[in-house]
Amino acid sequence: MKIKTMGYMVKQGFVGLWRNRGMSIASIGSVTASLLVLGVIITLVINMNNIALMGQSQFDNIQVYLEEKLENDEIDSIGTELESIEGVAYVEYESQDDALEKMKESWGEQGYLLDTLENNPLPNSYIVYFEELEASQTVVHNIQGISGVDEVRYYQDVIDNLINIADFVQLTGLFLIAILGLIAVFIISNTIKITLNARKQEITIMKYVGATNWFIRWPFVIEGMFLGLIGALFALTIVYFAYEYAYNLVYARFYALFAEYIVPADAMLQQISLMFVVLGIGVGVLGSLISMRKHLKV
Amino acid sequence: MIEFQNVGKTYRHEVVALKDINIKIDKGEFVFLVGPSGAGKSTFIKLLLHEEKATSGKIIMNDQDITGVSNRNIPLLRRSIGVIFQDFRLLPNKTVYENVAFAMEIVEAKSRDIRRQVPMVLGLVGLSDKAKKYPNELSGGEMQRVSIARSIINNPSIVIADEPTGNLDPDTAWEIMRVLRHINQRGTTIIMATHAKDIVDIMEQRVIAIEKGTVIRDDKKGVYGYED
Repeated sequence: MKIKTMGYMVKQGFVGLWRNRGMSIASIGSVTASLLVLGVIITLVINMNNIALMGQSQFDNIQVYLEEKLENDEIDSIGTELESIEGVAYVEYESQDDALEKMKESWGEQGYLLDTLENNPLPNSYIVYFEELEASQTVVHNIQGISGVDEVRYYQDVIDNLINIADFVQLTGLFLIAILGLIAVFIISNTIKITLNARKQEITIMKYVGATNWFIRWPFVIEGMFLGLIGALFALTIVYFAYEYAYNLVYARFYALFAEYIVPADAMLQQISLMFVVLGIGVGVLGSLISMRKHLKV
Repeated sequence: MIEFQNVGKTYRHEVVALKDINIKIDKGEFVFLVGPSGAGKSTFIKLLLHEEKATSGKIIMNDQDITGVSNRNIPLLRRSIGVIFQDFRLLPNKTVYENVAFAMEIVEAKSRDIRRQVPMVLGLVGLSDKAKKYPNELSGGEMQRVSIARSIINNPSIVIADEPTGNLDPDTAWEIMRVLRHINQRGTTIIMATHAKDIVDIMEQRVIAIEKGTVIRDDKKGVYGYED
C-alpha cells in the first residue's frame, strides 16, 4: 500500500469517527468501561500473584524430618529417593548438629542455654526445594510414603488459599470481561454501520470504478481501531491514577510493612498498558469486521 | 473483445433472466441495447460488470475468460470498464474535479498523473470551467458529463452506459450523445442500454434487442423498433 493511500485511509477513518460523534463516544465509553473492569481484576490478580511469588520464595521448601536411629547409608538413600521425586528441584541435608547450630544462631545471646543440653533433641532432616509451588501437594504426598521419614512440615495451606483466591478472581473476572467485551464489540459494530450507511453511495461508486475490497474496508477498520485505542487509553489513564491513589493509601496506612508486597503504580502501568492497547484495538477491529460482514457486500 | 458464448443466467427460485446469449462485440464498436423493461438488459449489464455471475456459458473479455473469475480479481477487471448511470451517482460533497479525481485515487494513481489527467478529461467533456463547482450547482447534462469524465478517467477499453439520457431533456440528451460518440471515436467500445427511440434511430449504430431473456435482433445499422 502506498503512503498516500494510507493517509487517505486514516483520514477517512477520522472522518467517520467525527461524523457520528455521539456513537463514537458511546463506543469509546463501552471499551473504557470493559477495560476498567479488566483493570480492577488485573491489578488484583497481579498483586496476588506477586504475593504468591514472594511467598513462594519463602515457602518454596519444606523440611522433612527423619526418624531417629537411622544408619548413614539409610539417610543417604532417603536423600537420593527424595531427589528422584518429580517436582523436586534439589535437596539439602541438615544433620541434627547443623540444626542445633542454626538454632543457637537464631537464639542469639541466649544461645549458650543450648550448650547445657546433654543430648541433641533435634532430628536429622532434609530441606526439599520445589520446582514449582503448585506441585508441592503431590511431592509432599510422595515424601510421606518414604520409610524413615518422620514428619513433613510445610506451609501449603497459606499458599493454597492464595492460589485459590487468585484463581477465583481471575475466573469471575474473565467471565465479566467476556460479557463487557461482547457489548463493546456490539456497540462498535453499530457505530461503524452508521458510517457505512452514510458512505453507501461512495462505496457503490468505488466498487464500480474497481477499488479493491480492502481499499474499501480499511477506513472502517481504522475507524474501529481508533475507537478501541482511544477507549483503551482512557481506561489506562483512569486505572493508573486510581491505582496510584489506592497504593498511596495503603502505603500511608500500613507503612512499608505491607506495601512491600504491592506492585507500585509505574510497574503496574508497564505490565498492563500493552495488554490494554492490544485488547482495545482488537475489540475495535472485531466490531468493524462484524459490521462489514453483515452490511458491506464488496 | 467481448464475447458471450451460450450465456445463461438463472436467479434463485428458477427465475430465468437470460438464456443462450451469443454475442460478439468488437473493439471500438458503438452498441445500443434495447428491449422492454424486465427483458434482461439489466442482467446483461450486470454480467458485463461482474455484479452477477453467469450460471451457464462463457464470457470472454479482452481475450480473457472471465466466467469464473474470483471475487478477488473482480476489482481489477472493473478497472477496464467505465460505467455511466441514469442518475449520475456523483458524490455531493465533492467538487467536479474531486469527483473525477476520486476514481483515480481509489485505484491508487500517482498524484502527478491525477493532476495531469483530470483537467484533460474535463476538457474532453467540455467542463473545464466547472471544475470547482459542486454537483448541486450543475445542470443535469453537466452532471452526466461529469459522470462520463469519471467513467473514462482510468482509460477503460469499454464504457457501459445504463440509460444515460433517461433523466435529460432531448437537447441535453443529444449533447451527451455527442460526447459519447466522441469518446467512441477515440477507440473506446460503448455499450448503451436505452429507451430513447429517436437517438437509436438517428445514430444508425449496431442495435441488439433483448426480449424475454434472449437476443431477438442484432442489426449492424439498426433502429429502435419499439413504439414507446
